[in-house]
Amino acid sequence: MHMADALLSPVVGGAMWAGTLGTIIYCAKKLKEKMDERMIPLMGVLGAFIFAGQMINFTIPGTGSSGHLGGGMLLAILLGPYAAFLVISSVLIIQALFFADGGLLGLGANIWNLGIYPCFIGYPLIYRMLVRGAKSDKKIMLASLISVVAGLQLGAFSVILETKLSGITELPFSAFVALMQPIHLAIGLVEGFITAGIVIYVRNIRPDIVEDLHGVKVLSSGGSMKKALITLAILAVITGGAFSWFASTYPDGLKWSIEKIYGKPEIPEKVNPVTENLSEIQKKTAILPDYSFPSQGGQEEEKPSWPAVDPGTSLSGLLGGLMVLGLVVIFGLGIKMIRKLGKRHVL
Amino acid sequence: MSHHIVELKDVRFCYPDGTEALKGVSFKIFHGESVGITGANGAGKTTLLLTLNGHLLPTAGEISIGDIPLTKKMRQEIRKKVGFVFQNPDDQLFMPTVYEDVAFGPINLGLTPEKVDERVRNALEMVGCIHLMPRPPHRLSEGQKRAVAIASVMAMNPDILVMDEPASNLDPKSRRQLINLLKSFRHSKIIASHDLDMILDVCERCLIIKDGKVVADGPSEEILSNEKLLEENNLELPLSRNHSRLYLRS
Amino acid sequence: MSFDLEYFNLGYLDTLSYKNTFVHRLDPRIKILVSFTFIFFVVSFPKYELSGLMPFFIYPVFLLTAGDIPLRAIAKKVLFISPFAIFVGIFNPLFDTDVLITIFGIPVSGGWISFISIIVKFILTVSTALLLIAVTSFPGICEALERLKLPGIFVVQLLFLYRYLFVLLEETLKILRAREAKSFGKKGKEVKTFIRIISVLLLRSVDRAERIYRAMLSRGFRGEIRVLKTHRLRLQDVFFAAFSVIIFYIFRNFNLVSFIGENLKSSFR
Repeated sequence: MHMADALLSPVVGGAMWAGTLGTIIYCAKKLKEKMDERMIPLMGVLGAFIFAGQMINFTIPGTGSSGHLGGGMLLAILLGPYAAFLVISSVLIIQALFFADGGLLGLGANIWNLGIYPCFIGYPLIYRMLVRGAKSDKKIMLASLISVVAGLQLGAFSVILETKLSGITELPFSAFVALMQPIHLAIGLVEGFITAGIVIYVRNIRPDIVEDLHGVKVLSSGGSMKKALITLAILAVITGGAFSWFASTYPDGLKWSIEKIYGKPEIPEKVNPVTENLSEIQKKTAILPDYSFPSQGGQEEEKPSWPAVDPGTSLSGLLGGLMVLGLVVIFGLGIKMIRKLGKRHVL
Repeated sequence: MSHHIVELKDVRFCYPDGTEALKGVSFKIFHGESVGITGANGAGKTTLLLTLNGHLLPTAGEISIGDIPLTKKMRQEIRKKVGFVFQNPDDQLFMPTVYEDVAFGPINLGLTPEKVDERVRNALEMVGCIHLMPRPPHRLSEGQKRAVAIASVMAMNPDILVMDEPASNLDPKSRRQLINLLKSFRHSKIIASHDLDMILDVCERCLIIKDGKVVADGPSEEILSNEKLLEENNLELPLSRNHSRLYLRS
Repeated sequence: MSFDLEYFNLGYLDTLSYKNTFVHRLDPRIKILVSFTFIFFVVSFPKYELSGLMPFFIYPVFLLTAGDIPLRAIAKKVLFISPFAIFVGIFNPLFDTDVLITIFGIPVSGGWISFISIIVKFILTVSTALLLIAVTSFPGICEALERLKLPGIFVVQLLFLYRYLFVLLEETLKILRAREAKSFGKKGKEVKTFIRIISVLLLRSVDRAERIYRAMLSRGFRGEIRVLKTHRLRLQDVFFAAFSVIIFYIFRNFNLVSFIGENLKSSFR
């Protein structure tokens, strides 16, 4: 699911961009050290391949609805994590520009959500771990399913976190989770199955493609298992912690929505530390006055002091808004006329 | 002075999966000659061409291009002398614009930006595509792509031009333009093709490859009139020789 | 959208991007930076903001008209992707029902206001993304990215992707047409067939990449590709950037809309 600009706050959007750009630079550095030069045309062509492949639809068995390939894990398997991350970023950049999928601010978040987890968690920690030694079709299928599902679950959860931290949408956290995670579980199963199918098929005809085409060693032998387990454990703690923190600050989903609709709850005792800090940073940089962060769940939103939204001035807001739109349209028509006149003189 | 510029001595090539594509090919090509190479599908034409540029190294035998023997080390040197035009222009035009594509070779030769610019413009003038300089390749017609692909190779000032099926997929006008262009080049030319009329038009000498061996080598006029020889190689008399068929139709 | 339509749309925007207007000639770095600044400002509005967003339409309108981009093309695309924004935004009126303002006696809840705000922000940001590519060729954007210090490997591979995108789309189109010709109605779209098709496409793509590599080698490739720099920063680029950022700042921080509205109101009295 793609993040959209309209659902992001500048801070969250900016933070995700910083993370994505940092990862791109890191991957490029890693590739420069170890890359075979034939990777350059390969990365581009496979990116085009994934792009085209995503436009082919198939019917998901059992539901009748049409599905599309994601391709993140497939790229990681074919190219290795560093190259795959760059390719995924490229595909998303083109989609953001030509199809406006998610917008330019959300692009940073999208690349992160769809790229980081398959490339740096799903592939090295799950897929490669499971497909060790002799590769059998069953192993590939199992590894593919688990790694893809894990990647998508993490990606979907990231979308929820980003949206919630931005505070634009009112959708309650638990409802969001209940919506996103199961859907992405189903998507993950289908995609995992398809990825495995492709790898198995291609392996028979051109085994060299699937076996370390990238030649970049992701894990050194030996202590890698331990490293992987430790990383997984840390991740589990973080996600578990984040989950429970959210669950506790936003009281039981249903109760929360009822309170919203029917009455004001008491002021909660716990202050949300993360958003408080972000608020502080934002106040200090002060380019954007009055930008408010979502305060404690259940509490009244900090109404912006500008423009004052009360019955008296709302009419002027409406009139003014329409007037401005009208001016903008006139401006546009003016430009069009200038161009037409200019054409006669210039050309 | 006509010393030979390309020499193959008993060249053999075996693919990794065991298929023996070239089974002892020998011939000499002289400075300024235009040689056509033809034969049935799968006879080994493309494999042969790929050895001329060092993409494939013979598993046995020797190749020398302009006094340089073909070895792994000398490959890059040989590529400076041999301009290879591949069958599919899309594979060859990989830069974002025509200008950059034609400039790719000269830049890799280490020329200064001014020299590069000169080479690019000359090459594009030669093929009549100077107006296409800023165009992205995916916005070119097939004929234009071919012409630009040739320019991209000519910009390196090669001694020899090697081309794989240059006229395929071209409409008659574009094909005619290509033929005229090729005739105007003074370079030594080696052209693999099924378009026998083109070979007749452009190349004074013709080789027929069958099952990885040279089975005919002589003046195109002669070879391409030999009906029996042609049919043995899944070929036919070129249309311009095919008077009998024309008469039969009327 | 069907494959055909998507492919056509891609090609259409791509063609538009090679036009030659004032906006097209602006330095791509400037266009990228100004567009990002624009989106940043738009998105920074608080959730109940509506009228303050209106002046911001001037930027996409400017790009559209000065760049000679047909309104229909952009509008259609924006409309096409809008269901997503609507789907997520629709929860706002459901959960936020405190009445915020009254217009001509009709109470309007905060939820609806924030919903419309989301939609307006959506239109502004999405149209800007589309217009950015419509007035800047993709190679131009790549050149700008490299100049903005993104790694060379990344930019080169972006360019290759773009170069071969249309080639691969053509190939895919052929395969899909073959699939259509051989299946009747639903048949043919099963997962198993899909896996076959994609695998074949993948193998062909790898072959193609190898041929391209050969072509690169035969012209002396030794591992580095240099991207041509055709753009130079001119006075008009700097002016455009400065001017845009200043008016965005003014629109964001000064209540022009209420000001105009108040004056209109009083002139009616």
